[in-house]
Amino acid sequence: MGLLEAIILSVLAASTPLLIAATGELVTERAGVLNLGVEGMMIVGAACGFGGAWLTGSTIIGALCGIVAGTLLSLIFAMMTLGLAVNQVATGLALTILGIGLSGLIGAGFVGEKITPAPHLYIPGLTDIPLVGRILFGEDAFVYFSLALVIGVWLFLYRTRTGLVLRAVGDNHVSAHALGYPVLRIRMFAVMFGGACAGLAGAYLPLAYTPFFIPGMTAGRGWIALALVVFSSWRPARLVVGAYLFGAVTILQLHAQGAGLGIPSQFMSALPYLATVIVLVLISRARTGGSTAPAALGTVFVPDR
Amino acid sequence: MQLVLEKRAERSNTIALVSPLIAIGLTIVTMSILFAILGKNPISALGVYFIDPLTDSYSLQEIAVKATPLVMIAIGLSLCYLANVWNIGAEGQFLVGAVAGSWLAVKTQGTDAGPWVMPAMLLLGAAGGALYALIPALCKVRFGASEILVSLMLVYVADLFLDYLVRGPWRDPAGFNFPTTAEFDPVATVPVLIEGGRLHLGAVITLLVVAAATVLLGRTIKGFEIRVVGAAPRAARFGGFNSNQLILLTFAISGALAGLAGIIEVAGPVGHLQPGISPGYGFTAIIVAFLGRLNPIGILIAGLFLALTFIGGEQAQIAMKIPLDVTKVFQGILLFYVLACDSLILYRFRLIFPSRKVSRGAA
Repeated sequence: MGLLEAIILSVLAASTPLLIAATGELVTERAGVLNLGVEGMMIVGAACGFGGAWLTGSTIIGALCGIVAGTLLSLIFAMMTLGLAVNQVATGLALTILGIGLSGLIGAGFVGEKITPAPHLYIPGLTDIPLVGRILFGEDAFVYFSLALVIGVWLFLYRTRTGLVLRAVGDNHVSAHALGYPVLRIRMFAVMFGGACAGLAGAYLPLAYTPFFIPGMTAGRGWIALALVVFSSWRPARLVVGAYLFGAVTILQLHAQGAGLGIPSQFMSALPYLATVIVLVLISRARTGGSTAPAALGTVFVPDR
Repeated sequence: MQLVLEKRAERSNTIALVSPLIAIGLTIVTMSILFAILGKNPISALGVYFIDPLTDSYSLQEIAVKATPLVMIAIGLSLCYLANVWNIGAEGQFLVGAVAGSWLAVKTQGTDAGPWVMPAMLLLGAAGGALYALIPALCKVRFGASEILVSLMLVYVADLFLDYLVRGPWRDPAGFNFPTTAEFDPVATVPVLIEGGRLHLGAVITLLVVAAATVLLGRTIKGFEIRVVGAAPRAARFGGFNSNQLILLTFAISGALAGLAGIIEVAGPVGHLQPGISPGYGFTAIIVAFLGRLNPIGILIAGLFLALTFIGGEQAQIAMKIPLDVTKVFQGILLFYVLACDSLILYRFRLIFPSRKVSRGAA
């Protein structure tokens, strides 16, 4: 296996959790809800995902545990912001703080344990094709799932009636409500979808990326996923580009550290975070002619009866 | 059955006062359940958490020591949140302030520098924190980039930068390879208030900050501007208030206070620069700001309360083997309840029992 092939494989693996989490958050934000708790839901998803897989020996059950954990946490968020009309920014921060504590509590029993990482696809013949075989036909199931998820979300948002309604709710909740659409219910489902994706993205880390659990292993990926949604201008296709770009930055800085260029490793480790800042600035600057964000993003909606 | 929110004609001042207490009560109930799930006796666990630290003078001092950075950071954050801008990177500004001030301590180490060192360090710390906080503020004002994400990303950068310094150029040559600077000289140290105690000058500075913030918010035009820009941005525009300038100002103040808290922590209780100088003060301060209802006096009380949970959490870990993460869970749950109870200030909750047909539109 050549170096280039190895790099591309690891870029795909590093990008997948970002892509899954960002896809979920994109749907949430398209419905007009800003859930800043992605990092918290991810880290709890990682703890529960590892716990599930470690107890049962099954990657699929681990992934399901992550999804359930993320969804439950997002339900708390939905209750607060939709049910009680609480500020979404503050609630999202609370969710992250709670999630970091909870994951430490749940994961305390698993630290130091190992599991078998998720199996990689192997199709005799196809996977053995030099150069592209492993990259196209030798990934773990999450990588394929994440791409299917983006395509599914794109189809849902732009090719279904429900998707249209969801976007309408995110752009103008007053009009959507006046037309008789259940604004809060649609937003609740969108938030739950975001939670499920964040939980799954978190679970991916211990299930496939590194076969063990360490506290704080998401290391800001939830926040980077939030930035990716901004980067994508709330469009699924651009999300794929953004996620792979960030995955590439993460992996390349690791390789640069390994190559020993004489640059302190901490500076290289800071690159993904600095890249996020730079990308946010460039993207926001390019949008001088009005924002592409859902118009009602982050605003509270209380239906009048 | 369905929960419906009804907007109150005006905000309820009674509930504004009691809502933090309701939130604390609900949190304690939830924590009791959590303790029971962990197989600990809830009553004795709560005792270790909230009562024991109040019974001896060492713990009481320690609470004040922990509350010092929390209150100082939270005061700055409350100005941002009142102006409806979101600085959530106080942790990073805390670390950068610690680094900026420590620079002088490291450079003057072993020289015969006079007692000007410590005050100069505090100034450098505040300046470092303010400059670091101005990065997200400028990105917001100039380019419209989300200040939330930028300020948070910079936390990781600050953390890595500090790590680099104490593992590289600033490492104590006589420190057995531990990632830490040498102990600061006495002139580079924040003095303790009582000989042999832990309470230091930082506590006094914090009280001054609380007083200054009370005056700023209650008695000055700037304080009024901050409130108006946050509560009614349109009215603020008509009033000719410059919201961009206010974003820069509130970020600079909150960064300066976080940086000051950072250098005081390093030059005071810790005594040298090392990784892990903050057990998440910058994030816990967000909870302090909200629990204190974004009011300086409220923040002072809230800061003492959250400091109590830090000390109680440490004692519960030693005495009852309760994991330290329980404290973080506690703080997270508390913030949830505080926010939920705050909703009561603006809305009245009403349960609707359906007679025949369930009305659509609410989940």
